[in-house]
Amino acid sequence: MSIFSRREFLQVAVATAALTGGGGPLGLTRVAAQQAITEADLLGFENHGNVTLVHLTDIHAQLMPVYFREPSVNLGVGDVNGLPPHITGEDFLKMYNLTPGSPEAYALSSVDFAALAASYGKLGGIDRIATVLKAIRAERPDNTLFLDGGDTWHGSYTALESRGADMVEVMQALKPDAMTGHWEFTLGAERVEELIEGLGFPFLGGNVRDTEWDEAKFESTAFVERGGVKIAIVGQAFPYTPIANPRWMMPDWSFGIREEDVQANVDAARAAGAELVVFLSHNGFDVDRKLASRVSGIDVILTGHTHDALPEPVQVGNTLLIATGSNGKFLSRLDLDVSGGVVKSWRYKLIPIFSDVITPDAEMTALVDRIRAPHADKLARVVGRTDTLLYRRGNFNGTFDDLICQAMLDEREADIALSPGFRWGTSVLPGQEITVEDVFNATGMTYPATYRINMTGAFLKEVLEDVADNLFNPDPYFQQGGDMVRVGGLGYTIDPLKSIGSRISDMTLVKTGAPIEADKDYAVAGWASVNEGTEGPPIWDVVMDWIGKQDTVSLPENRSVRVVGM
Amino acid sequence: MSHHVTRRTAMALGGAALVAGVAGITPAHASEIDERISEFTGGAEAQSGRISIDAPEIAENGNTVPIGITVDSPMTDDDFVEAVIVLAAGNPRPGVATFHFSPASGEAAAKTRMRLAKTQDIVAVARMSDGSFYRENRTVKVTIGGCGG
Repeated sequence: MSIFSRREFLQVAVATAALTGGGGPLGLTRVAAQQAITEADLLGFENHGNVTLVHLTDIHAQLMPVYFREPSVNLGVGDVNGLPPHITGEDFLKMYNLTPGSPEAYALSSVDFAALAASYGKLGGIDRIATVLKAIRAERPDNTLFLDGGDTWHGSYTALESRGADMVEVMQALKPDAMTGHWEFTLGAERVEELIEGLGFPFLGGNVRDTEWDEAKFESTAFVERGGVKIAIVGQAFPYTPIANPRWMMPDWSFGIREEDVQANVDAARAAGAELVVFLSHNGFDVDRKLASRVSGIDVILTGHTHDALPEPVQVGNTLLIATGSNGKFLSRLDLDVSGGVVKSWRYKLIPIFSDVITPDAEMTALVDRIRAPHADKLARVVGRTDTLLYRRGNFNGTFDDLICQAMLDEREADIALSPGFRWGTSVLPGQEITVEDVFNATGMTYPATYRINMTGAFLKEVLEDVADNLFNPDPYFQQGGDMVRVGGLGYTIDPLKSIGSRISDMTLVKTGAPIEADKDYAVAGWASVNEGTEGPPIWDVVMDWIGKQDTVSLPENRSVRVVGM
Repeated sequence: MSHHVTRRTAMALGGAALVAGVAGITPAHASEIDERISEFTGGAEAQSGRISIDAPEIAENGNTVPIGITVDSPMTDDDFVEAVIVLAAGNPRPGVATFHFSPASGEAAAKTRMRLAKTQDIVAVARMSDGSFYRENRTVKVTIGGCGG
């Protein structure tokens, strides 16, 4: 039985309309009453063809339902300016013809997030995902293929504490046909090999080689047969792992896009008789869009890394690109009719995992409870309360990072704070308590030291320029898929369309209003340095200490970044 | 000894070049690159094509960047690649390696590792047995990194 009956959900939807203001600019009152959803609605799908692909990616170890606000700013440069996923807010709703205030609008966009979250509740939960997966498998026992795009063994307290073991156990219960990875590697090469050893399903990464002999580190391809169709799954780990994350954690492994190897692996799969080639990728959406235009023979790319959730596939030539979102909010189902080595037709649904609508799978609930039980008290401990909606996603800033930066400025007595532009990290609604679990969802990782060092103005400029080029290089193959480094105590202007060295200007020290001087030293606090031997307290301690000193967290609107030229 | 450059010798070559390349921090001037190329070509014009440079888009470790050079050639007695020079345009000393080949090499392919001080173009120029030259460039980015998704 679902927690919300259909009737209750309808009432919730109506309450939403009241909450967000009748007759408001989005006309919520009018539409909300039509927006009730049921488990049957969410699972409803007319079977199609002979193969069903189910895709889950970037869940960042979120076993429980979460609030996760999608970005309101996600700029695209070059050829992809204005194309999905570089469409946000109301433009996104218009592009996909979604009704403002509807469950889909809440799940997929940032519009009215806090108000809609209060009514529609959390998304995700691995036990709800298990329910959906089981239902699809029950309906299509001989046709279903389930694939995990990675960033699975990282992002929560329990994943950190168990060094990924909790997620491995959970995924072994869900039995994917293959996975690939990224943050997995930040557990360290040795631990990754140890976990893969007992995994029970293939860990694919055709683009990972050992640095000494340039030999393949992981299998590139797995073959399975479903619905009489021979299927090749070609796996691609995050190409820039040793650059975006600490290389010292996987010193003997080399990554990269390795486009020619991808083509060779696809060709080899076809030569071996594959009638359907699926690219299970952690490249990031724009990288995969470019790759799809240059590598032939891929039918479907299951994208990941950049956390985009798109309600429809993007087609590049004969390749379908699927974007399944993050943090367990969605599961993708793609039914394909494959015949003679060609996809004749398809049907797709991005299934939002409304946690109050989908009945949890009892076995999985029990497993999650067992994993969390030893830590339940710690995770539930309240460290403070917030008046501000706390979220991370967005190109330039997020309020959770504003909080982290302010904590570092105050606790570490710094002039300037830097916080990495990660895309993981869940949201906390205004008026809610902040728990230890919330803090770990935003900070839990294996290189958490909060450093405090002097940097010159010139070096700070170099850092900002470097990260901006990783985000806004017009050639997607040079994009690393994170967002802009978050800053505290520092203001700047950015023109994303300029080239490296010229994007950043007007750097200002917020506390004095004075321009940043190239030769002057500034005390900078930050965390998640990729350098080995970085010293300082773990960021979660700094953040929890700071929150504990606030009556209620209330953050002013961040006006420190000015975007020009777009 | 065959002129086929094995991975081992290519790595040794790269190592030798590395030692030469570390002195000073001032990047080579464009004129120095041009000078090195015209020294190699004897002033002849280099055409584009036939060379492919295999290098990462972004270097994982600027101190040792793997690159591979392949020149499309039948490698017969009448038509083969004689030599390829590899230059790093943004390094203080641009010379990285010179590879020599003969028809006995079988293919004109070599791998090496180089140090790159910053984002720059890798330039490869090949001298063919008929006296013609080919040239290819490939940009490799060197980044501070640290903020991926």
